[in-house]
Amino acid sequence: MKALASLYNQQFKTTLAMMFQYRASLVIWMIGQVLEPLVYLIVWTIVSSSSGGSIGSYTTADFATYFIVLMLVNQFTYTWIMYEFEYRIREGLLSLALLKPVHPIHSDIADNLSSKMITLPIMILIAVGLALFFHASISLALWSVLLFIPALLLAFFLRFLLEWTLALAAFWTTRVSAINQTYFVLMLFLSGQIAPLAILPSPVQVVAGILPFRWLIGFPVELLLGRLTRVEALTGLGIQVAWLLGGFIILRIVWRAGMRIYSAVGA
Amino acid sequence: MKYLRLFTAFFWVSVMNELAYRVNFFWQLFQSLLSLFVSLAGLGIIFSYTDTLGGWLPDEVLALVGVYLLVGGIIGLVIQPGMEQLIESVRDGTLDFTLTKPEDTQLIVTIKRADIWRLIDIGLGLAVLITALVRLGEKVGVGQAGAFVLMLIAGGVIIYSFFLILATLSFWFVRVENILVIFQSMYEAGRWPISLYPGWLRYGLTFIIPVAFATTVPAEALTGRLTWETLLGAVVLAVVLVIVSRVFWRVGLRHYTGASA
Repeated sequence: MKALASLYNQQFKTTLAMMFQYRASLVIWMIGQVLEPLVYLIVWTIVSSSSGGSIGSYTTADFATYFIVLMLVNQFTYTWIMYEFEYRIREGLLSLALLKPVHPIHSDIADNLSSKMITLPIMILIAVGLALFFHASISLALWSVLLFIPALLLAFFLRFLLEWTLALAAFWTTRVSAINQTYFVLMLFLSGQIAPLAILPSPVQVVAGILPFRWLIGFPVELLLGRLTRVEALTGLGIQVAWLLGGFIILRIVWRAGMRIYSAVGA
Repeated sequence: MKYLRLFTAFFWVSVMNELAYRVNFFWQLFQSLLSLFVSLAGLGIIFSYTDTLGGWLPDEVLALVGVYLLVGGIIGLVIQPGMEQLIESVRDGTLDFTLTKPEDTQLIVTIKRADIWRLIDIGLGLAVLITALVRLGEKVGVGQAGAFVLMLIAGGVIIYSFFLILATLSFWFVRVENILVIFQSMYEAGRWPISLYPGWLRYGLTFIIPVAFATTVPAEALTGRLTWETLLGAVVLAVVLVIVSRVFWRVGLRHYTGASA
């Protein structure tokens, strides 16, 4: 445990140094992270105000709030591991990571969390600015805020496990980008990024509830917005935990299988 | 004429290179279809709640999606690969070889590389565009078609010059690979009519990163929304940017010192 703590600490320093080196890429990443929810925010507020001020149970202001909270949840949970892993395997860099006495996922988690510590405050500022501009309003209930925190953390770990496992596909194929793109499309629709799941056709909602996607983004957002009953919220947390355990088992199986066929390129 | 021959020659080299990996065709087709599916499904959901989006009819937005794919395909086919290669060759010094060629360096850099699989996007974009036009029926006249082609060319020239200016920055700041990604993430916003966006974002997408000229303006021409001011503005901007980017390129080139030599 102590060794891990010092690893996370060291990774934090390294990541920090690297992020100052690549300030520009950071800004570019953030533009993308802001722009996508912003575009859907604008589209849906226009649709909503042109059809009488609300769609389903979402008023125009609710849409603004929804997408701004979604932007923050997405920022907090997103990973870039799927791009990174392919490069790592292609260039043989994974061999170096394997020489270290800890599982490589730890340094990735530490790297991810460190870079978020820097970007999150900026994103919160942007979110406040957008909330003022689009007249977003939110009334928070204490219990939903309290449940939101574990939901967000579970969403982060679940998404991390899922995308880290998916990134391992690079062991078997060089066409990772097609897999990634399919994943992003599913994610876009089923996690609530394109629209709140409640206003999507009901078959889509059913599928979204069964697959992990809703639990990565949509669920924490709905929870904070007070759109769930307590029972729904607790059930949701349960489903997140179940997926997390399932994801952990799948990761172990896939990682072992991958290790057996991995032969370093370029070494 | 000579330039056209050069272009064809380079293009064939790209084709030959890629035909060694023919399976890529299906992967690219798959990815393009996915991207089209996202656009169409998004539109389907939105138009199940409303009849017009900021004054645009469903089929007009569909035409915009066609333009979005088409222009995105053109950028990916010829503009972006050349500029990416330019940035890389400034970094590792291989621009030296291009400089020794007896033709204009800007021209060679531009046409040297093509990502031929993006032709699929161009094809899909055209198909969507034609579908939308057929469904819009009689509303597209010869004048509008002419304005559309003119705006498409102006938009292409504006985007090209913009990319060239960004890539030229690599003569001063060596590590700018990521700079082209800015355009990509902003381009996503071009899926929708720019007129939807609030003022600051609209100006940003028009004058700072000229996405509007690439997608909305040609689509406006097609749907009869184009004002004379916009048409004239696009043409003037295209001409100005060509000159500015050319001058900037030459200044940048003089800064080039080679990397390894």
